[in-house]
Amino acid sequence: MAQFVQQLVNGLSLGAIYALIALGYTMVYGILRLINFAHGDVYMVGAFVGYYLGRMLNAGSASAPPSAWNFFLVLGGSMAACALLGFILERTAYRPLRRAPRLNALITAIGISLLLENLGQLIFGADPKDFPTLIERTSYSVGIVVFSNIQLIVIATSVILMLGLQYIVHRTKMGTAMRAVSFSHDASGLMGVNINRVISFTFVLGSALAAAAGILVGLYNPKIDPLMGIMPGLKAFVAAVLGGIGNIPGAIVGGLIMGVAETLTVGYLSSTYRDAITFVILVGVLLFRPTGLFGTTARAKV
Amino acid sequence: MIRQMVKSNWLRGLALLSIALLAMSSCAPNENVIRIGVFNSLTGGTATFGISSTNGIKMAVDEWNARGGILGKQIQLIVEDDQSKPEEAAMVVTKLINQNRVVGILGEVASSRTLAGAPIAQKAGIPLITPASTNPKVTRVGDFIFRVCFTDSFQGAVCARFAVQRLGLKRLAILKDVKNEYSMGLANYFRKNAELLGGQIVTEESYSEGDTDFRAQITTMKGANPEVIFIPGYYTEAGLIAKQVAEQNMNVRLIGGDGWDSPRTVEIGGAAVEGAFFCNHYSAEDTSQMVRTFVAAHVKKYGYVPDAMAPLSYDAAELLFTAIQKAGSTEGTKIRDAISQTRDFPGVCGNITIDAERNARKAAVMLQINQGKLKIYDVIQP
Repeated sequence: MAQFVQQLVNGLSLGAIYALIALGYTMVYGILRLINFAHGDVYMVGAFVGYYLGRMLNAGSASAPPSAWNFFLVLGGSMAACALLGFILERTAYRPLRRAPRLNALITAIGISLLLENLGQLIFGADPKDFPTLIERTSYSVGIVVFSNIQLIVIATSVILMLGLQYIVHRTKMGTAMRAVSFSHDASGLMGVNINRVISFTFVLGSALAAAAGILVGLYNPKIDPLMGIMPGLKAFVAAVLGGIGNIPGAIVGGLIMGVAETLTVGYLSSTYRDAITFVILVGVLLFRPTGLFGTTARAKV
Repeated sequence: MIRQMVKSNWLRGLALLSIALLAMSSCAPNENVIRIGVFNSLTGGTATFGISSTNGIKMAVDEWNARGGILGKQIQLIVEDDQSKPEEAAMVVTKLINQNRVVGILGEVASSRTLAGAPIAQKAGIPLITPASTNPKVTRVGDFIFRVCFTDSFQGAVCARFAVQRLGLKRLAILKDVKNEYSMGLANYFRKNAELLGGQIVTEESYSEGDTDFRAQITTMKGANPEVIFIPGYYTEAGLIAKQVAEQNMNVRLIGGDGWDSPRTVEIGGAAVEGAFFCNHYSAEDTSQMVRTFVAAHVKKYGYVPDAMAPLSYDAAELLFTAIQKAGSTEGTKIRDAISQTRDFPGVCGNITIDAERNARKAAVMLQINQGKLKIYDVIQP
């Protein structure tokens, strides 16, 4: 029992990271009907920006002991940098294709993904880097379960960011505009919504969340490399599909389910199935509930 | 008409170009040098292995060339990076043999990658000496494949004996890399020997190279309540695993194999690897004359104290060059015969005697990580 609860804790921490990435997929899909395959690589860039910021701050060394300040600075800096990256990507790669067939944009997204991965290997180097120690690890035993402070930070940061996102989407003018655009570009355009701005904002928001996931994973499993975004990107995509792509709470629940499923698979079956379980879930969702857990039936276009 | 002329000109150009290319590729390699190929992981997951190993080889080459080379010819080293990937290793070995026409090959540290390159060298009849691949399968590839280090059957026995007899800990757990020949082999020999000695493998978990989250496996292992976790993997994963074990407040001893031998183990693992043990080929603290000379020369040339990959690779290069000198020829079969006759060759990491299976029988050292430094804990003779 203790072991099961412990595995759940492990799974939820991992799932929180997937959920943050999944949010970016689902928001962009909700608004543009585009699966932004470069999103996993934005998460990688986020981790690397954090790595270099952390090194600039000398985090974890004797001169600058680990502190919460460093963490917030690195988190904020990396989110800002990736927000900019998301803005640029949308402006240069996707906006020119807005009116093109959807497949063109999808292929472009794959191209951007490869570009970021290879640029990453060129600029950052192909070998893994050790993420700086922003916060000293300690563990707390609560009854039968052991929590680390990092796990708490991962979960807490994710929850705060998700609540912030819910606030933006449901309580602000921009959020209302986002929801309107997701229903119909043309109608919301006629109502005076600046569609380009809304779409840019969506990319900025999604990329910032991916960057936060990158920092959290750097904190949690401090080894980063330029290809680190591929698998989590795919898993987050499956999480978004599982929750019902385009649905924000769905992405969060999907991410958590993916994390727990993966951890339980490794813990009770074999680590060999770590990645396989992702695709088993994907196939299962597509077979039995193609719209996902929270998805609504898509209107068929012939 | 014009169009046709253009076309024929174009064709003629193509023909000329292909002749030129053919001439370039088949032109006899410069006969005044002896070409030695090196394939190593200069980038990727185990980059420190390849860099350290190549540095060691370069030291041997510089020394020989300063003394006038082999058979009166200078040694030309051709170094290829396999990016820590087996498929890339096969490719660069093919290139070294077909394109660079090397007469001997030195490399890889990792068994999986040597196993990818060795069949190609074997088929071409080019002798290959691996400095540090310990998996027994490596030299079974064929009679052109040699090694200058001990094998995992010995290393596994050393680690098992150390845990069960020296530390007196009987409840053992194994966390191995299922995608890695070295790790799987070493785990196997550890299990067999530990069980013979009365130890009990309470749980055996696995991961795949490149994984970063081991908490699920560690939680499962914790449930079995082991006293030792044996981690026969490479340094990148070992450091992360140690950190996550510490996070779970587990009271265990960590023991590893020579795959831990990299400065990165301590950099990544930090306080979590403090007190851990691992089996290795040499210790920089060794007071023997050869080790002291080598370490001093290495520090002078590269500015840091080498891990075992550098002296092992230096030994491998010395052995190959001496064999070519003795063979008096660069013919593959003659070099092979000269290498297989090696007896009591003085190496930095101990004397090398190549046995009938083309392996070296050598002593192992058990190192302990103590305040971030590697201290000799024990020396185990074969």
